[in-house]
Amino acid sequence: MQQIINFLIRNKNFLLFLLLLFLSLILTIQSHSYHKSKFISSTNFLSGGVYGWRYSINNYFGLKNKNERLLEENVQLRNRLSKLTRDTIATTYIDTSSFNQPYTFIEGNVYKNDYSKADNYILINKGEKDGIESDMGIITDKGIVGIVENTSKNYSRVISILNSNSRINAGLKRSNQYGSLVWNGKDPNIVQLETVPRQAILKKGDTIITNGRSTIFPRGIGIGTILNYELDQNQSYFLIDVQLFNDMTDIGFIYAIRSNHATEIKLLETPKVDE
Amino acid sequence: MNNNILLYIGRFLILVLVQVFVLNHINFLGYLNPYIYIIFILLAPININKSLFLFLSFILGLTIDLFGDSGGIHATACICIAYLRPVILRSVFGLSYEFQTVKLSKVGFGQRLAYVTLIVLIHHIILFSLEIFNFSHILLIAKKTLFSSLFSIIVIMVVLVLFRRKDS
Repeated sequence: MQQIINFLIRNKNFLLFLLLLFLSLILTIQSHSYHKSKFISSTNFLSGGVYGWRYSINNYFGLKNKNERLLEENVQLRNRLSKLTRDTIATTYIDTSSFNQPYTFIEGNVYKNDYSKADNYILINKGEKDGIESDMGIITDKGIVGIVENTSKNYSRVISILNSNSRINAGLKRSNQYGSLVWNGKDPNIVQLETVPRQAILKKGDTIITNGRSTIFPRGIGIGTILNYELDQNQSYFLIDVQLFNDMTDIGFIYAIRSNHATEIKLLETPKVDE
Repeated sequence: MNNNILLYIGRFLILVLVQVFVLNHINFLGYLNPYIYIIFILLAPININKSLFLFLSFILGLTIDLFGDSGGIHATACICIAYLRPVILRSVFGLSYEFQTVKLSKVGFGQRLAYVTLIVLIHHIILFSLEIFNFSHILLIAKKTLFSSLFSIIVIMVVLVLFRRKDS
């Protein structure tokens, strides 16, 4: 017994080192698996607050650019609206929020955006109290950004498409073939679309959109255009480089998409146990 | 002594804030960031309690991880260099370390550069291996380690020269 205690005391630094190493390695490994990296996250009040402070300073420098982007988006939406109804000043006012619309959008601002690491996350200033939940899709005016992974009361962490854990269903605009969108960690504005069957007819410059197979993103949200494509080693699937519409290094504001039918769809998809 | 503790706490806070506010967003050439918060580990007193030192390094790394959403990679890298620091000190400074008379502001440029380079290299190798976490990308790890280390070493040496303590 004496010897054991002596051994422990003699090697206490080494044992402490091993313990701390073990702890930090567990945290590291957890951060590499989807939906498990909950302990060390910037959504806590300390880092969220500090990033908010930084945002409130930096915000002023991008106002002009932000305004222009909002105007552009407004023009697009107005053009689309004028196609739908000849007379944009509707004679009777209809409150669309009372309808059972499939998706609701929530706006938010980006507090922190990474793009130079292998696993990148984005911190936004909306949390549970604003109705953000995990697995909600995040887009900007131009295209998709990522999926909410972790929420706290006031902040949420978004797993960016520039993350090795991110896998998003995406397809071609002109046909129904689809694949999954991943990132190889190199260029923050180019992502890869994998497992598109070789029967698909591709052309450089074709548009890639979300295909609405999951409840996260509605169909038809822009992702990017085909930059390059080749067949994989087995000659059965295409590997496509996609140039993103978004500039991932410059995301000012985002919209979170709440799918109002998600629970209903999930209920149908899960097999019933009692039968 | 009391004064020194305040100095170390202040250094800790300032280094963390500068790292997460400014240096994590430099992205020089697209992906290069200098990691200068390890100056805290570089400049810790030679005769510091080893257990306390390990624990402080762990907290330092974990704080950076918290802000950067990087799991535990900085914490791992930090405790490794904290544990290896005595070995590196002995191999770089030799006898004067044994007698605990090393003052980083007084040693020659060559010795200081060797010390900083060794620590930064070990830190960055561990950091980027864990960040990318995929040995099929070993070239990417090597590239990131090499260029980031160069960047970090230059910035750290400049900071050490600029903020040298005049009194001691």
